[in-house]
Amino acid sequence: MDYLDGVIVLLVVLGLVGIGIYAIMVSRNLIKIIIGMQVMVKGVLLAFVLAGRVSGNMGLGQSLALTVIVVDTIVAVVALALAVRVRRRFGTLDPRALTTLRR
Amino acid sequence: MVYALIGVGALGCAIAAVTTKRLLNSAIWLALTSALVALEMYLLGGPFIAVIELSVGAGLVTVLFVFAINLTGEESTPNAHPVLKGLALVCLLACLALVAYWVLPPTLVSPSNPDTQPLATIFWEGRRLDTWLQALLIFTGALTVLGLLRSTPQETDQKEENPDGLP
Repeated sequence: MDYLDGVIVLLVVLGLVGIGIYAIMVSRNLIKIIIGMQVMVKGVLLAFVLAGRVSGNMGLGQSLALTVIVVDTIVAVVALALAVRVRRRFGTLDPRALTTLRR
Repeated sequence: MVYALIGVGALGCAIAAVTTKRLLNSAIWLALTSALVALEMYLLGGPFIAVIELSVGAGLVTVLFVFAINLTGEESTPNAHPVLKGLALVCLLACLALVAYWVLPPTLVSPSNPDTQPLATIFWEGRRLDTWLQALLIFTGALTVLGLLRSTPQETDQKEENPDGLP
């Protein structure tokens, strides 16, 4: 892998993180927000593997990425369960409806 | 060139995942993004993590999303205000440009003395505490989901009164 390939992968990382953050900022659906979070984490995983490759310590990069995959999956599972719960309780997935102070 | 092609494909799938209206289509685009990211990881020299990302990211998480969408149903939510979208995009692009300017030049220099410990040694010996904590986290997550999806007595009463769920 030469320098240009590294720059390309790093740009892909920044693109994935940017798309994920943008989706989290503008989405008004809880499941869409979780999808945005997942996209962002894909970028972070790629960044870990790229860092391992560039630093020459691929084992550490892969083990850290494995930890991130485990944590991200647990977060996604709990967040989806919360979204199902919110849907049952409020009848909508719009995060703006998650307040009882307006009523 | 291969990195660029796969990267453009992953970015395109990610954009489709966050812009598609139907949630089920979003989940499928997310699975495609995961598959392409896994391929990029494999090309970067991480076959173990690529296989795990492919099975967990593109397989398990997609099944979970389809399950959750099946439980909640498709719901059309209004779009955010265009001014808010534009403002978010400008702020985000400025931040990413700053990060790219800060990160790109110094980090992509080849190492003079690379450390080549195998993954198993690092994972099971160097990071043993992290591994145990991950196992604990998995059990905690499973118990949390079971608690969250359990019906409350009020919901059970409603279901008995109206088993078809009709209004």
